[in-house]
Amino acid sequence: MGIFLDAGQSRGRFWSEVTQSAAPAGSAGRALVRVPVMTAGVTEAHVLFRNVQMAFGTRVVLRDFSCAFPRSKITCILGGSGAGKTTILRLIGGLVRPQSGTIDVAGTEISHLTESQLYPVRQKLGMMFQGGAMLNSLTIFDNLAFPLREHTRLTATEITKEVHATLAAVGLADVDTLLPGQLSGGMVKRAALARALLMKPEVLLCDEPFSGLDPISVKRIEALLRRINQQMGVTVLISSHHIPSTLRMADQVVLLHEQRAVIGAPNDLRNDPDPNIAEFFNEEVRDEDLHALAGSAA
Amino acid sequence: MAFFQDLGWRVLRLIEELGRMAFFSGGILRALVTRPIRLRRFIAEIYDLGVLSLVIICVCGATVGMVLGLQGYNTLVRFGAEESLGAVVGLSLIRELGPVLTALLATGRAGSATAAEIGTMVATEQLDGLRMMSINPVHLVITPKALAMTAVMPLLTALFIVCGLGGGYVVGVVLMGIDPGSYMSSLKAAVVFRDDVAGSLLKASVFGMLVGLISTYRGYTCAPTSAGVSAATTSTVVIASVSVLLFDYVITALWGV
Repeated sequence: MGIFLDAGQSRGRFWSEVTQSAAPAGSAGRALVRVPVMTAGVTEAHVLFRNVQMAFGTRVVLRDFSCAFPRSKITCILGGSGAGKTTILRLIGGLVRPQSGTIDVAGTEISHLTESQLYPVRQKLGMMFQGGAMLNSLTIFDNLAFPLREHTRLTATEITKEVHATLAAVGLADVDTLLPGQLSGGMVKRAALARALLMKPEVLLCDEPFSGLDPISVKRIEALLRRINQQMGVTVLISSHHIPSTLRMADQVVLLHEQRAVIGAPNDLRNDPDPNIAEFFNEEVRDEDLHALAGSAA
Repeated sequence: MAFFQDLGWRVLRLIEELGRMAFFSGGILRALVTRPIRLRRFIAEIYDLGVLSLVIICVCGATVGMVLGLQGYNTLVRFGAEESLGAVVGLSLIRELGPVLTALLATGRAGSATAAEIGTMVATEQLDGLRMMSINPVHLVITPKALAMTAVMPLLTALFIVCGLGGGYVVGVVLMGIDPGSYMSSLKAAVVFRDDVAGSLLKASVFGMLVGLISTYRGYTCAPTSAGVSAATTSTVVIASVSVLLFDYVITALWGV
């Protein structure tokens, strides 16, 4: 396996290329993985994957996957269904274990930790699950208050204040007494985001935060995530199918495509010389998104 | 050759499953001695598994007692021994039918509900959500349910037996005209508290532990899909029912309870 600077660096990219010497049986040619170069003082990896192999039964999801997720940046993980987007988030949370390779989360190598050893690491993480994963039998207030009651010594009044403040921050009010089943999809996602934020995580993992939402809810959650990243300095990792949102908010994109991981800035990937990669982005890009992209670049 | 390969594979799978279940039980035992003590959750589960089963247990207990009374009377009357109906109904219910039928009813009502509830939590990532909040789901969700099932089973069994004795009394005394004093005195003379009642409740506790363990394990390890939840619910009823009957034989053979 050789690591060398990508020729694209001369075009302003901070990538290296990792060519897989052990190509999978049956795969055509050598798989290509591009990994951002971690230059001291430029970017610091908050989460780091090194040569991670992950399979479910005989189906290999990640093969020799290496990637650095920079601190206080928004990284979007893109790819088709079953490409391994959610698996990457679950690996970071320690909910599944890699077959080989290492995963560093906030300076701790987690791939060999026991369940109880993972708990301190998870306290640095917040996860917004695709379906919300709210406890169905508890009200929204109790769902949010639950981690505070478990892990802090706050009084009931302080917990109430904290929960209400967080709910207000995600634009939810007067939902205290409602059950998760009584909320709309967008509201559940925002409540799940509020719960993920309550323990003030260093890394926020969002699994398909935009799926099944109307355009207004998408924009609202997008704005929330951007604000969390900018104001609190939280490292945000998003698995998504939603290309327009990715282009608007991502600092870095990890594209899982045909057993390859291509990593770079959204603009660079959109203009990638490989037509398959560029096509993946451009297919869903609308004019308004291009304007937004041009505006943010300026 | 293929038959033996298949058999060997199945035996290995069974051993592997039993090993996993042993680990799971170990997790429950560890959670029992881990703080905080989930007393509120435990009481809530006692309500869900026990209090909500009261009606079905009372109705079934009374019905079984009435059937026993009728069948017992028709048999005993041939030998002129109908005065012993209290003993027949009492011993049948206390030693055998009470614990076994209660366990089967609890499996059908509470065991399947437990597996379905935990399975749904798996399918909707609620347990993963707890893990991500650094909360052990075995400690919070599984242990109170398994413990509550163990605790309520002897209580439900006692209620089943009392209702059954009442049903037998109604049929024997009210409908068939047996002397109430004879019914009660034959019952009192035949039943020994330590051998019969305490043994019966002990048996019920073992069944409670079995049903609690199997239903929580099947729910916890189910595939995270609606089909997986459905399969876990069905297998809970089947496996728990068969296990109850098998253990019933083993306990009776070993300790004569």
